Amino acid sequence: MNRNTTLALILILLLAAVALYLVVPTTHPAWVKSAVAFWQPESVRSLDFRLGLDLQGGLQVLLVADLPDGGVPDSGSLAQARSIVERRVNALGLTEPVVQIRGNRYIVVELPGITNPEQAVDTIRGTALLEFAEPPVTVDFMNMPTQVRTTYGQTALTATETLTLPLFTTVMTGEALQDAYPYVNPQTGAYEVGFKLKSDWAAFFADYTSRNINQPLCIILDKSIISCPVIRSSIPGGEGTISGGFTYDGAESLAVQLRYGALPIPLRIESYRAIGPSLGQAAVEKSVRAGLIGLVTVLLFMLIYYRMNGLAANLALTLYVLLNLVIYKLAPVTLTLPGIAGFLLSAGIAVDANILVFERMKEELRVGRSLLGAAENGFARAWTSIRDSNLATLLTCAILFFFGNAFAAGMVKGFAITLALGNLVNIFTAIFVTRTFVRVMIAVMGERINRSPWLLGL
Amino acid sequence: MINFVQKRQLFFTIAGVLVLLSAVALMVSFVMFGQFMRISIDFTGGSLFVLQFEQAVDGDAIRDVFVAEGYSAPIVQQLGAQDSHQWQVRTSFPESADVTHLVLEALEARVGPIDTNNSTVDTMEPSVGAEVTRTAVLAVLAAATAVLLFIWFSFRRIPNPFRYGVVSIVAMSINVIVTLGFYALMGILGGWEVDALFLTALLTVIGFSVEDVIVVFDRIRENIVRHYGEPFELVVNRSVLETLHRSLATQLNAMFVMIALLIFGGVTIKPFIAVMLVGMVSETFTSLCVAVPLLTWWEERQMSRRPGAALA
Repeated sequence: MNRNTTLALILILLLAAVALYLVVPTTHPAWVKSAVAFWQPESVRSLDFRLGLDLQGGLQVLLVADLPDGGVPDSGSLAQARSIVERRVNALGLTEPVVQIRGNRYIVVELPGITNPEQAVDTIRGTALLEFAEPPVTVDFMNMPTQVRTTYGQTALTATETLTLPLFTTVMTGEALQDAYPYVNPQTGAYEVGFKLKSDWAAFFADYTSRNINQPLCIILDKSIISCPVIRSSIPGGEGTISGGFTYDGAESLAVQLRYGALPIPLRIESYRAIGPSLGQAAVEKSVRAGLIGLVTVLLFMLIYYRMNGLAANLALTLYVLLNLVIYKLAPVTLTLPGIAGFLLSAGIAVDANILVFERMKEELRVGRSLLGAAENGFARAWTSIRDSNLATLLTCAILFFFGNAFAAGMVKGFAITLALGNLVNIFTAIFVTRTFVRVMIAVMGERINRSPWLLGL
Repeated sequence: MINFVQKRQLFFTIAGVLVLLSAVALMVSFVMFGQFMRISIDFTGGSLFVLQFEQAVDGDAIRDVFVAEGYSAPIVQQLGAQDSHQWQVRTSFPESADVTHLVLEALEARVGPIDTNNSTVDTMEPSVGAEVTRTAVLAVLAAATAVLLFIWFSFRRIPNPFRYGVVSIVAMSINVIVTLGFYALMGILGGWEVDALFLTALLTVIGFSVEDVIVVFDRIRENIVRHYGEPFELVVNRSVLETLHRSLATQLNAMFVMIALLIFGGVTIKPFIAVMLVGMVSETFTSLCVAVPLLTWWEERQMSRRPGAALA
């Protein structure tokens, strides 16, 4: 065994040891994580597998900007809508929610492991919470705080610092609104926001205002005060205006917020996928078991059919599996069910490169070449075929990836990514790793193999 | 020793019968459902609910709730055993996907408690489906073009690369037709529907379908030079036999994994795996038994007219 082979063997064994350590589900010290996964943002850095929505269960909704005439929103307002949706989603307290812009008018929201999709949808799309509320007597009317508490939805308040804020008494919420629009006051020329109440609330509001003339009534949006007009007279008919020193844009934007929520553009749900968490759990267990059975069969086949060569290929295949899993953890790659299938399929195909080499090697031996010569020739001459078939697979993956990109599901992409990654890793393990193992094997027991060609499946 | 080239009449007949059967399956599906293959909501838009109820419920009651919530023509089916309480409901797209979750609340209130941990809900607006369909068509075209370019690239240095390309495409087309036919059949028998994953499998089959052909053709290219002067038929047959071990060993290994996934894997990816398995078996057959003999026939026909021309 020459020095290069020894060096390569040591390198491979080291790599295998590191990969094994990273793959086993033990608690890795923080310095290991930051050393091997330094490019992952610190907040989400982890050496766990990331499971996709189909494996973890959860909710995926595809929101589309619902502009009149199918118009396309400008990228600024779409980005703003995304960050508002993200803020709302974060309030749900889920681990690793995804809120992404796709294309020029879609926002994809993925909420893994959610148990209450109904509430989530309300939260994501829910209109901003508009309240008409009475200020408490303790509040100085001339010096209103901007952030307040209200009696509506009290239980939802959890943060302790908000408890010191003044408590306003909710009279009516945005639920009562039928419409809101910017409006120019014909008397003053000032911009105001006109609103119209649903008919069943109009009577209530007329009654309330008639009982509270000369009292302030605050208009509160998502717990911050917009304005606190004083009720001048009873407001019958359910129509009124909100004045508050608005510019036209300010009045327009408040009207939009009141109509659609605090989002700069109206969003509509275009697709809705909810997957029960237990289903995902069961799918993971089944795939892992199926994968193990499939891979063990491949290992047995290679061992029986190619004997010592098969053993070398099997060791390389084991390393192949380890390396792929490590990449999934480090990159990180989010695993989906088709993704796992793609990985397993790539493992089944990975031995193809070795089979090409071993068949070549057998042929070379049959025409009477020496063991080492046959091995080296086998690797060298099989290379073009290996390169071509791997290239073809990578090409397929590229097309699949482009195709999957158009889907919100990400399932197709998952398959393409694991298949392509497997291919790249395979070029390394099938050529470099297997060749090193075969060289070592020939160096250590070449004599025995020469005496009994049976050991190579001849 | 099998003579692949001589048995071509048999092989061509088998391929012809397979294509014919596939066409029949597609036609039967068209007559039964108005679609050559059953199309999932991924492409048409609509809603699919798989609901795990916690107790025995009445299918008519489920249908009534869906109708009351504004879904038109729901198709309600029980899945699995009578006591599994699992139901599937397919409907057209509701007025808006926003109401999807409302029907669950209504079902819980009026039919019975639902185990949401074991249920799935899927709603897709038709416009998304149209976009997906467009992308799918583009992807298939891209895949076919890529395969053509790849073959052209691989065989740029041998005589008549065009023929190699054409027979590869013929083989690939047979694969695709057989795969589609198989899926149409499973649509009739098992209700399988064309979804994003089916297309993924189909594209993978297209991508893989050139691999075996290329390995054999690679060997033919090498043997033409090495055994100069031998009849083309002999060179081809030798090349097939030399690469046969490799082809079969590789296919077997891929099949081990796929069969394991098919038997032990989750139910949601079964159609996906099955399509790839069928595609792969068909691919092995068409590359060895259709593409190679077809190429031989073409080359020999020319050689009998102008001896030695193929080696120029």
